[in-house]
Amino acid sequence: MKKENERNLSVKDIQEQSRIKKYANDVKKTPYMDFVFQRSPKSTHWKNMFWAFVVGGLICAVGQVIIELFVQNGVEQKQASVYASCILVALAACATGLGIYDNLGRFAGAGSTIPITGFSNAVVAPAIEFRSEGMIYGLAAKMFTVAGPVLVNGIFVSSFIAVVYLIFGV
Amino acid sequence: MWLNVLKAFLMGGVICTLGQILINLTHLTNGKILVTFLVAGAVLQAFNLYQPLIDMFGAGASVPISGFGCSLVNGAVEGAKAEGLLGAIKGGLEATAPGIATAVIFGYINAVLFKPRTKKK
Repeated sequence: MKKENERNLSVKDIQEQSRIKKYANDVKKTPYMDFVFQRSPKSTHWKNMFWAFVVGGLICAVGQVIIELFVQNGVEQKQASVYASCILVALAACATGLGIYDNLGRFAGAGSTIPITGFSNAVVAPAIEFRSEGMIYGLAAKMFTVAGPVLVNGIFVSSFIAVVYLIFGV
Repeated sequence: MWLNVLKAFLMGGVICTLGQILINLTHLTNGKILVTFLVAGAVLQAFNLYQPLIDMFGAGASVPISGFGCSLVNGAVEGAKAEGLLGAIKGGLEATAPGIATAVIFGYINAVLFKPRTKKK
């Protein structure tokens, strides 16, 4: 579209060209155009969902493989599940450090956010990013920018449920 | 073994697709998505609806963050059964401490080892 504009404008004088350019810029900034961009169909919608399914599924499959390996070596199912989570968290932390996980997240979307590896990424990424602000108020404090809300809500809800359970003795 | 892996793949994929639909529809940020799924898993487990999924699909249900919420509630309720109020307060964290501690430890190591990189976007 831009090319066509240039071709059409090349026959007009330079003043006209700059006037039209200014006009186009003004239109771009109007709330109307914002509205158009907002309402225009998202062609990436289905693609996003597909990659979220594949990547999310693969991460869970890797977790299941780790669980099976632990169970085969005589670890209890519940313990194996905890080990698998820890290993996934550790792997994701290293992948974040190497910059692999952020690249994955760009096309996998929720597929990389929702598994426990996304929690790990949310802990490690800000820690790396804010290290330059110091070891305490940078690295250590920013580590919990996303993990903090997760833990606060998790602890509050789980304790609340357990206390309700105690009171009503379900 | 491979049947279990396939089940985990499918269930994990479905949960993540649900999350992606939520992102596409509402444009929630990562943190909000994590909290939403965590609380959803915890509330489902409060009515004992999430553990059956884990029993059926293994890692497919326990690896997503909703499984984290589920084990928080499981820990808290088990603590409440064993030790009363004290158990109810500490049980959730106790059950999920391995995951959180691993994230913190490896996060610290990686933050010390690696320099921040500019995001390609």
